Amino acid sequence: MSLLEIAGVSKRFGGLQAVKDVAFRVEKGAIKAVIGPNGAGKTTLFHLVSGVLAPDAGEVRLRGQAIQGRPTHEIAAQGLSRTFQHIRLFAGMTALENAMVGAHVAGRAGFLAGMLHLPWTWREERALRERAREALDLVGVLPLADQDATRLSYGQQRAVELARALAGGPELLLLDEPAAGLNMRETAGLARLLGRIRDRGVTLLVVEHDMSLVMNVSDEVVVLSYGEKIADAAPREVQRDPHVVQVYLGEDAC
Amino acid sequence: MSVALALQYLVAGLTYGTIYAVVGVGFNIIYNATGIINFAQGEFVMVGGMTAVTLHAFLPLPAAIAGAVLVTMALGALVEVTFIRWLGRPSVLRMIVITIGVSILIREVALHVWGEQVRALPYFTGDEVTALELGGVRVSPQVLWSLGTCLAIVAALWFFFRRTTLGREMRACAANRDAAALCGLSTRNLVTLSFVLSAGIGALAGCVVSPITYTSYSIGAGLALKGFTVAVLGGLGGSGAAVAAGFVVGILESASVAILPAAYKDAVAVAVLLAILFLRPSGLFGSREAERLRAS
Amino acid sequence: MPRSRYARVALLVAAVVAVQLATEWGGKPFFLTQLTMSAYYTLVAVGLSLLMGFAGQISLGHAAFFAIGGYGSALLTTLDLSPARGSAAVSLLARTGLLAARTDLSGAEALSVAPWPAFACAIALAAAVAWIVGVPVLKLKGHYLAMATLGFGTIVHSVVLGTQRLGAADGLGGVPAFRLLPGLAVGGGRAARVENYYVAWGLVALAMLVLGNLVESRVGRALRAIHGAEDAAGSMGVDVGRYKLRTFVLSAVLAAAGGAFLTHLTGGIGPGEASVMKSVRYVAIVAVGGMGSLWGTLATSATLEFVSLRGWFGTLDDAAFAVVLLFVMLFSPDGLLRLDLPAALRAARGRLSPGPDAETEP
Repeated sequence: MSLLEIAGVSKRFGGLQAVKDVAFRVEKGAIKAVIGPNGAGKTTLFHLVSGVLAPDAGEVRLRGQAIQGRPTHEIAAQGLSRTFQHIRLFAGMTALENAMVGAHVAGRAGFLAGMLHLPWTWREERALRERAREALDLVGVLPLADQDATRLSYGQQRAVELARALAGGPELLLLDEPAAGLNMRETAGLARLLGRIRDRGVTLLVVEHDMSLVMNVSDEVVVLSYGEKIADAAPREVQRDPHVVQVYLGEDAC
Repeated sequence: MSVALALQYLVAGLTYGTIYAVVGVGFNIIYNATGIINFAQGEFVMVGGMTAVTLHAFLPLPAAIAGAVLVTMALGALVEVTFIRWLGRPSVLRMIVITIGVSILIREVALHVWGEQVRALPYFTGDEVTALELGGVRVSPQVLWSLGTCLAIVAALWFFFRRTTLGREMRACAANRDAAALCGLSTRNLVTLSFVLSAGIGALAGCVVSPITYTSYSIGAGLALKGFTVAVLGGLGGSGAAVAAGFVVGILESASVAILPAAYKDAVAVAVLLAILFLRPSGLFGSREAERLRAS
Repeated sequence: MPRSRYARVALLVAAVVAVQLATEWGGKPFFLTQLTMSAYYTLVAVGLSLLMGFAGQISLGHAAFFAIGGYGSALLTTLDLSPARGSAAVSLLARTGLLAARTDLSGAEALSVAPWPAFACAIALAAAVAWIVGVPVLKLKGHYLAMATLGFGTIVHSVVLGTQRLGAADGLGGVPAFRLLPGLAVGGGRAARVENYYVAWGLVALAMLVLGNLVESRVGRALRAIHGAEDAAGSMGVDVGRYKLRTFVLSAVLAAAGGAFLTHLTGGIGPGEASVMKSVRYVAIVAVGGMGSLWGTLATSATLEFVSLRGWFGTLDDAAFAVVLLFVMLFSPDGLLRLDLPAALRAARGRLSPGPDAETEP
């Protein structure tokens, strides 16, 4: 049984068919990339998997359980986490606090326990803080923990968002264009980081435009074009696929 | 319930429905031009009625009404220029709170100018006991004046928006403000015009129903809420829908005394509002705008 | 301003004591009455601040919950069950100690619900109403949410104003004092002025402690996340709908508690407490104090409510709050304490300058 299975998923917005009958699997421990020209439906696909949108047709199965159409927080509690194409950090909170919200699924303290500051919550808070710090450390921004998250540089904010997504200990992590806006050095660092994340047992599904990153890091690549899947294979094969090349004709595919 | 009683409710409902409809239309005009829900809409009605009464003390009735409409239009322009114009594109929440603040301010000024006393213009034709027999029901001519004025307003607005250049410009501004600006339209002034128009029609409605419903400094807030109900029920769209919605709300409110104590009458329109918002926020006549504002 | 909530509460307690001593020495002990009333209004304001500032939900009808708490307590503690004394239900209640005998305003013997059970019922009612209303209302956004809460407030106002049983325009009176604990009571007139003052502000301090705990906890973080980026919060596992609803209910409970206590303090309640103006007033106070700043709200509420109750705004009372609200909303929507007037004026001047439409913000 694959960790993530997408079967016949479609989504239309008014007159636009954003995603059409897309199907593929992601095996546990793999790094799978989703590529395609702008408007191919990649982010929509992510929204369909993470619960932001419900598909018109098809199924999304996480560990065999259907999750399509379920609310985002329920899916997150099942071990799926994500980052966003445009940074969605929580304003007015530090990097550490942002990451601690990422660990929300690992906690239980509710309104009453919080208001009364019950002793068992003290231990839980310490544990959540530890997870958050660990995640920030893995990503390399622990020194920024107590700074206002939205005041950090673009690259740092991206890192904090990644730490936030990791803090809850997800099994499957969806990354939406993690290399956007990064220079070559930062991208190489990101590639190494993704490897470290995978080594910790997290499966990755990554939407990306940066081809060098995709080719270096992924085990498998899915190519979308106008909402349809046109390829699903190892990076080298996808690179040679004539249909894929045609779709990218005119695009800088280095 | 006898037929005669039902018809009485109908007539009362239409009378009050007229004013709700006009307030609703006023909401639509400003909302379509700016995206703002102007809670001070009800105050325009109040100011129109009160000013007309004051002017009538030394002017003949038609002149008093015309004067009141002009004064209220000036107030509308003043409100827009002072509070709205320089804000750029603030959040929806901020705007609604600001217009509520403005409505309270207008209300308090009205209280200090006119006191708590309830006032009314005289009946345009005849007096409070004059009545026409229509289908077994005694209808005051003032009711016909209200209906006529309401329909005249709707017709005039239709003509303005469809057939005049200025009206077309306002529609352009409502459809896409940035594009309109790029085409060289002075969208800032068009926004002011939307406030002026809404104020004017509100004032006119306030004058024409005041002999029946009376006016006092505090009627604005209730009218705003009911007018908003009408606007939403009509889908925040065109005047025709708002008028129909206005009559629906007016009649429901009027007929409610058959089953609820009269003291709760004011709550009926609000209950209608809540029902629409919860069940069908796009209103009876549909509008995608409303659906977008519901959380997914 | 210390960061630790314990230190802040201690500072509040110190300030409360200092103010009381100051009124003694300054020869104005009667200020205490209005200061005590301000405390109960402040309970409403901080609850609303939690809702608006942390959960990011506006409520233009919060006075309704204050009224539910107040009228609930008033009704139960002033109704007379003695005609039904013989019935099974009433004697059962009497035996479980939920009823209290008292002499009413005309000197006759009456049997009513005791203040503690009445309080519990009033709060439970407010919570239930908040739950029922909250489920559909909190699914709305923007001006629909604002108008729905306004509508809800209007309905409650209409009900209390129009119902004979609730005293209609005159409201309810003759509400007995509320003995919280042996030696601590709410109410009792001028003789218990100092006692009431400390009880009221003690309750506020307790509320600030509890709310402070909540804000620093896992739930508080989640609420701030909801306010920051609701969709992202959901993706991190925060059940947004549930948290918004619970925050709404919590803020309603606080408002109802304020209403109940104030009713016992003054011995009665009137329909004016449920009016739209009151709701707007609470919003104005939260806006000035800074949405999401519980302490800013407390300071603002204590000051403005006291000034208003002393009558220093005169007939311009409602207008004063409207002006304050407008000022804050126009120039400093993050609260007066973060006011940057020069910047705001510069921005305004920029948009008013002639030339290409200067309204579109980058």
